[in-house]
Amino acid sequence: MGTIWDILPGLGDKLSAHVVLSASAIGLAILIALPLAVWAGRSPIVSRLALSLASLVQTIPALALLALFFPLLLSLRAVFGEGLPTLGFLPALMALTLYALLPILRNAVTAQANLDEGVLEAADGVGMTKWQKLVLVEAPLSAPFIMAGIRTASVWTIGAATLATTIGQPSLGDPILAGLQTQNWALVLAGCLASAGLALAADNLLWVIEVGLARRKKSMAYGGVLVVVLGILAALWGQGSDSDERRIVIAAKSFSEQYILAQLIGARLEAAGYEVEYRDGLGSAVVHGAVANSSVDISVDYSGTIWTNYLKRSDNPGREAMYTTIRDWEAQTNGVTVLGRLGFENAYAFAMRQDRASELGVASLTDLAAVAPRLTIGGDPEFFERPEWIAVRDVYGLGFRKSRNFAPTFMYNALTSGEADVISAYTSDGRIAADRLVVLADPEGALPSYDALLMLSPRISKDAGVVATLQPLIGAISVEAMREANYAVDREDASKLTPKQAAEGLAEKVGLKK
Amino acid sequence: MPQPLLRFDGVICRFGEVIPVGSGFGGVSCDIAAGSFVALVGASGSGKSTLLKTVNTLVEPTEGRVLFGGEDVSTLKPARLRRRVGYVFQGIGLFPHFSVAENIAIGPRLAGERLPPERIAELLALVELDPGYATRMPDELSGGQRQRVGVARALAGGPELLIMDEPFGALDPVTRDALGRKVRELHERLGLTTVMVTHDMAEALLLADRVLVMDKGELVADETPRTLLAGAGGAVAQRLASVPREQAERLAALEGFGEARS
Repeated sequence: MGTIWDILPGLGDKLSAHVVLSASAIGLAILIALPLAVWAGRSPIVSRLALSLASLVQTIPALALLALFFPLLLSLRAVFGEGLPTLGFLPALMALTLYALLPILRNAVTAQANLDEGVLEAADGVGMTKWQKLVLVEAPLSAPFIMAGIRTASVWTIGAATLATTIGQPSLGDPILAGLQTQNWALVLAGCLASAGLALAADNLLWVIEVGLARRKKSMAYGGVLVVVLGILAALWGQGSDSDERRIVIAAKSFSEQYILAQLIGARLEAAGYEVEYRDGLGSAVVHGAVANSSVDISVDYSGTIWTNYLKRSDNPGREAMYTTIRDWEAQTNGVTVLGRLGFENAYAFAMRQDRASELGVASLTDLAAVAPRLTIGGDPEFFERPEWIAVRDVYGLGFRKSRNFAPTFMYNALTSGEADVISAYTSDGRIAADRLVVLADPEGALPSYDALLMLSPRISKDAGVVATLQPLIGAISVEAMREANYAVDREDASKLTPKQAAEGLAEKVGLKK
Repeated sequence: MPQPLLRFDGVICRFGEVIPVGSGFGGVSCDIAAGSFVALVGASGSGKSTLLKTVNTLVEPTEGRVLFGGEDVSTLKPARLRRRVGYVFQGIGLFPHFSVAENIAIGPRLAGERLPPERIAELLALVELDPGYATRMPDELSGGQRQRVGVARALAGGPELLIMDEPFGALDPVTRDALGRKVRELHERLGLTTVMVTHDMAEALLLADRVLVMDKGELVADETPRTLLAGAGGAVAQRLASVPREQAERLAALEGFGEARS
């Protein structure tokens, strides 16, 4: 599995990307905030409006702010054309810039408001123009306070930049998110350590500049600026080694199965001589749109997800009809090729501990409805908003005492520890077998099927070589094989595997290894 | 009488509903001759500071004109005008991030001229500061020293006119007296024309050779110190003049009493 110290040296390119992203966002925020602050200093209305808006942005969780830019940029394509990127650097930059605005703006406005009246009068009295007054008096006297704001913004931005991973921008969030999903704590810790270290380094460096400005020690201020510039240049240079040629981008949503399948697909393509790149930990809603507009090229999605979220259907015509309907709909509406079904289903199911189920006499969802008012249900954060849950709830008349949200990999722990009596589980999950859980029957057929579908973007589906390379995956993966691979990644003992190792094992198991 | 250096011609300043200067009919009009030392005296809110600031266009009159050397100040470039008009005020306003020398040299610097160290030393000597102060920062100076630098800064451009707004208001009485005398001396030595705003009639009587009294935005008296003390100038002026006169009498009486006791 490797320790933190083995992982850290390998994070160089993530660190570079993180530095470039954060520095760009802070730089852009400074460029916006300073003129705005000058304007605010001359107009109380602008001041109030700008500060209120910047504060409002702060109330939006960084994760949501990042995600919001995807649909925004998508709609802006109508104006700027299809070339406008909707994932990766651009939306991350925009969200983080907005996030960094407040501390810089507030400090700059406060600094200006607190300037000594006498000094300002003297500036006019000696005959300074407005511009000279700004450059010679207001700016230097405000500089230490503005610098303090930039420091705060930097620490926030470097922290929030780890979340850029969810919209497909590489950052130090990649190891954190991947580690969280696969319960690889060394990976999580390495990512946290690196980003915390970066934040501390930036904070201290900017502090040196701030003190240099406050004490009017030019050598200190310039020295600090020089080190900052060198750091950013080094990061840019580290990033610059990327080739310009577009690689095949494989998306993974943020759970183990997706990581494993992405590695399985990637390994196959690499073996066939293609260069691939992974976008791990993307939000579920982001992935579908990203494939449609070729921001990513390959993803594994699930028929039930597409059925309810994108076709907006709530009926259940059966597994086959659902698949063909989706395949045709994707081709016509989005130009996305559904290459086929991988063979297994990752459907929603409701699972309970064996002892608890027999104690309560529950074997099906119908039985569950009778005892539900006494029980706590656990689900992943999006589950209770999903139409599947609403359908099941309404069909069986489920009303629980309490519902709680858990990250997918933590739900099983919640079940074993008794924090939840029943959870929304996934049929391909290895923990079902490993924890000897009872999957409750669905006699009314309220839950749709969740065939794993191999989705190709319009861009890549024209590539016959890629299609041929991936074709053998269709129908090749049984639910047992998938469960085993998932469990290998999720387990927390010495036999725990990385998604890459698990993908190799899976390939061997299903006979895809040449 | 030759052309006056400074002429207020029907000046009215209006800020919304408030009319700090020129509230009566026709606004404020008055001539100030070159070489004179004029004190502009009045209670708080009488409009004296506002009137003074129309000279270097820190305040622009709503109506009327201010002529400096025959030219309407609103037609002059502010930066050039303010070099010819030295400005000293109660807030002092030394730039805290500039050294004493840089503060003094700022006016000429804005005009693209570098003051040599000898000139800085000369200006420091004028206000009785050691040349060694040139490299100090303002926060290392006492209040009196700061205002001396303020005066030196106002003189650095070689102004024809010195305008001062409560210049000694924040200083202790001893420093205040010393600096007042110094300014009067410089006024003589450099051949300046000086307009000083103050609410302290004693200061006005002792330093100026012409006292203008303002009340509610109007000029209500225009006298010499001697005629004012002799009872001219009307009720407002006399009320202001009575304060130092009575103080002087009480001090004299106190002294007499002390002598009688000993």
